[in-house]
Amino acid sequence: MQTIYPLFTALPLAASFFNLLVTKINKKAADYIALLVTAALAVMAVLTIFEAPFAYQVGGFPPPWGILLVSDGLSSLMLVIINVIGFLSIIYSTKYMTMYTAKPKYYSLFLLMLAGMNGVVITGDLFNVFVFLEVASLASYALVGFGCEHEELEASFKYLILGEVASTAILFGIAFLYSMTGTLNMPDLARQIEVIGINKAVAFVIALFIMGFGLKASMVPFHAWLPDAHPSAPAPISAMLSGVVIKALGVYAIARIMFDVIGPNAMVSSILMFLGVLSMVIGVFLAIGQPDFKRMLAYSSISQVGYVTAAFGLGLNPNVGSAVSTMALFGGLYHLLNHAAFKSLLFLCSGAFEFRTGTRNRYEMGGLIRKMPVTGIACSIGALSISGVPPFNGFWSKLIIIVALIKGGFLVYGVVATFVAFMTLATFIKLQKSVLFGQLPVRFAGIKEAPFAMTLPLVILAILCIGLGLAYPFIDQGVLQAARDALLDKLSYMGYILGG
Amino acid sequence: MILYFLTLVLFVMGVYCLIAKKNIIKKIIGLTITDYAINLFIIIIGYRAKGIAPIMFKNMTMKELTEYGVDPLPQALVLTSIVIGLGVLSLMTAICLRLYEKYKTFDMSEINRLKG
Repeated sequence: MQTIYPLFTALPLAASFFNLLVTKINKKAADYIALLVTAALAVMAVLTIFEAPFAYQVGGFPPPWGILLVSDGLSSLMLVIINVIGFLSIIYSTKYMTMYTAKPKYYSLFLLMLAGMNGVVITGDLFNVFVFLEVASLASYALVGFGCEHEELEASFKYLILGEVASTAILFGIAFLYSMTGTLNMPDLARQIEVIGINKAVAFVIALFIMGFGLKASMVPFHAWLPDAHPSAPAPISAMLSGVVIKALGVYAIARIMFDVIGPNAMVSSILMFLGVLSMVIGVFLAIGQPDFKRMLAYSSISQVGYVTAAFGLGLNPNVGSAVSTMALFGGLYHLLNHAAFKSLLFLCSGAFEFRTGTRNRYEMGGLIRKMPVTGIACSIGALSISGVPPFNGFWSKLIIIVALIKGGFLVYGVVATFVAFMTLATFIKLQKSVLFGQLPVRFAGIKEAPFAMTLPLVILAILCIGLGLAYPFIDQGVLQAARDALLDKLSYMGYILGG
Repeated sequence: MILYFLTLVLFVMGVYCLIAKKNIIKKIIGLTITDYAINLFIIIIGYRAKGIAPIMFKNMTMKELTEYGVDPLPQALVLTSIVIGLGVLSLMTAICLRLYEKYKTFDMSEINRLKG
């Protein structure tokens, strides 16, 4: 794995351009290229779990002059999430994207987005993070507006403008950090910031990063693009955006920079916790009344990512004991994994319903579980998981986050998180009642189950939801513990500067 | 010192243009000005008083280059950033053209079908 590590970005990039060339000759080849490449990436990503942490020097240049690719527990967790859900979305797209034109170009953009996201999580150089962030963001702006109808173009344009302002803020922060420390290598930056301490300039950089990466992670008050962009995108792209992109580009980047480069800090911790709890509350209140199925799911994404951000914020706090911060990080990472699973499941289900019924308005649907049993049961499993019903996976991760918040002494935040969990349950009971159960409208009397290529990823994701929930006693060993240790251990991250 | 301040003034002007103007084309220009202001800021970070370009001529020693040369790394960063800005600009213009085809207007306040 050590020698083929850069293939995580090189392979989808090459495949994306190769795809554009090959489909000039044969349009069907695009499906196979995308399926092959994403399957290979998913297998490689699962293989990184079993590797010891290492640092790869791109081009053989030693750090801090060369770019370092760092592989530790957190990177392998994110790689697994990105590539496995990418693979399932591609399987789903082979049938779903027949609703749109220019399918080969969709695959090229999707592979570009995968390359960008993989790049963000494997790199150990701050400007490299920015470059891959931009690659993935540009691909996602184009994919959001893929249908080229009125609402999709408007959503894509708004997302573009807001996303670019955020990227400019991130670049500004990077420029500031470079002028203060003279290096862009993240382990080396960690050492320099230990020496400098958190003076006013570093605090300004922290504010810029929270604004920039917070917009990519759709934390309130930077969430305004998400309710427009996620419903307008095609369903597999909504699943990727909501389940993977806001985590790889937003939450992962904040976690990596705040934990490993800047280090545990009370000010950043309280800011992140406050923003996380604010996102939880605002997201769920705006989700309840939405008539559009996907818009409701988008608002609930804001709420769930708020849980993860609050948990990471608590993990950053140097004043609570190490038991609480370890538990908070475990809950946050577990919820990151779970949310990727059940949110992409829910978005893919909404796409399956849209494929057969032609509508996204949940008041127009009803009783669909009789006609589309597999999709309906998968949707039900996803809704129960996100509401936090035992024994599905959402229950355990939310429980751990709430217990960690209360044990850390933040009683108000813990009570608010519990209340938000009840509101999420209410939201998704309403969803299930209006979409799955109830009266089947007359015009839907003849619809059939979604095609096999679309139900297969749904079934796999539903099994994952149940499996991750039942595996709760065993989940702490292995990937999650490695990821947690990678975040908490700033000292060993600084050691990567010596070349792994 | 005054030079850094002026680049930030340019940044603020770009953001103002992005927020206050209703025409989509003017918003695009505002975002581009913001991008270029940050690029300028990055280049100026590498500046060294009485510096020379970081190119090694024939009869120069390494000591001269490191003592008098300006920092070449920000220049490399800015090259990448300009290309990213170009990509964003082309995507924005393409979307703007399609928006005009659909909505028949360049006025952003009339393009508000997505609410709530």
